[in-house]
Amino acid sequence: MKKYKVVTSISYPKTGAMGKTGSWRVYKPVFDKSKCVKCLRCWIFCPEASIKREKDDTISIDYDYCKGCGICANECKVKAIVMEREGE
Amino acid sequence: MTVMIDTGNYIAAKAAVMAKPQVVAAYPITPQTTLVEGIANYVSSGEFKGEYICVESEHSAMSACIGASAAGSRTFTGTSSHGLLLMHEMLHWAALARLPIVMCNINRVVGPGWNIWADENDSISQRDTGWIQFYCSSNQEIFDTVIQSFKLAENKDIVLPVMISYNAFILSHTSMPVNIPDQKIVDDFIGKYVPQWNLDVDNPITFGNIIGPSGYYKVRRAMQDAQENAKKLIPQIAKEWKQKSGFYHGDLLELYKCDNAEYILLSMGAIGAESKVAVDELQKKGVKIGLARVRTFRPFPTEEILKLAKNAELIVIDRNISIGSEGAIFNEVKAALYGKSDTKVHGFIAGIGGKDVPYTDIEKMCNKAIGGKAKGYEWFGLEEV
Repeated sequence: MKKYKVVTSISYPKTGAMGKTGSWRVYKPVFDKSKCVKCLRCWIFCPEASIKREKDDTISIDYDYCKGCGICANECKVKAIVMEREGE
Repeated sequence: MTVMIDTGNYIAAKAAVMAKPQVVAAYPITPQTTLVEGIANYVSSGEFKGEYICVESEHSAMSACIGASAAGSRTFTGTSSHGLLLMHEMLHWAALARLPIVMCNINRVVGPGWNIWADENDSISQRDTGWIQFYCSSNQEIFDTVIQSFKLAENKDIVLPVMISYNAFILSHTSMPVNIPDQKIVDDFIGKYVPQWNLDVDNPITFGNIIGPSGYYKVRRAMQDAQENAKKLIPQIAKEWKQKSGFYHGDLLELYKCDNAEYILLSMGAIGAESKVAVDELQKKGVKIGLARVRTFRPFPTEEILKLAKNAELIVIDRNISIGSEGAIFNEVKAALYGKSDTKVHGFIAGIGGKDVPYTDIEKMCNKAIGGKAKGYEWFGLEEV
């Protein structure tokens, strides 16, 4: 990776530059594999790359970095992802 | 080399085109000047081969320059008065982003009181944006400074945007002969643009990202260091330019007949040129006075001024006023001396709103200060209005 010497607000690709942002979450996405139709819309739309694509084209969720925005649940047409309040 | 007789604006356009920017983004209507019209002429003649983006405002002009510069292009623009003020937010942005954009600003009055004469309040108001600021006093100086500014801005120890200001009408619309070196000399001098950072799909970075307090603190400090570096590099680059082109405009302060002077006059821009005539006249009458014409407002030539103050009283003329305080140069000169020199400093405000400041008036101001009749700071010539 090319790094620049000039001091300004540049950040380089890195996992979790701001720490484990999963701690920001109020609602968490819960995945039900039995309902998944492998459309991968959640994987496409996740703004944080916290949806991992599995070999069988189902998904798993990286709770270390998922901020709980709910876009994946909103995009899922078969309700294989639903949002549940943290701690419940 | 050829001699071109033209206005400050067309000379600036010539210099900018010879520096071969890849992108020029500018707003084409008032308060814009004939500077960008000059560049547009070079587009139609085919001499300018870069991208010329006509935008809908100066805020957009600077934004487009920021985008182009961040993408790794050499970038130029021009503006004036209200246009510069509309850019203000993006001026901070360009400097904090460390983008070496070069811009000419034609010092014009700020409204209301619609007036397009010379007044430096537009660019003085941009004091804290982080831009390097030059003030020119002849068309040759405009040419040389624009060329040198690209090399300065792009230097790895600087990487800051540069603003070249010159007074409206007195320079922008007045023709003077200017020596134009061959294109090859300019090419060899400036060299190919190598960005110190740029957006590149093959090397992805996030730019303008969130940054914590301590990181931001370092960004500001690095800008300050770059301005300090400029104090050394400005004369150094000018010397290189002199070797190649034969012309020298490069000191932070241009000293004129300062040897053994008991009084030093400090002024800027067009008044700086007129001050030479005043100094000649005063010397003929036996007054030991010299001129230190302020070329760079940022970085401010603190050390040089301190040296001058060792043996002389200082007389400062400002074509600007920080309302509620004093003239900007007067303010800064006193700050430079604080705790290190007890020399007297006399301040005059003159030429606001484009009011003419002939050398005879400059002589009057100097005589008033020398004769001990000047107040600490005063407005010259108000009674004549």
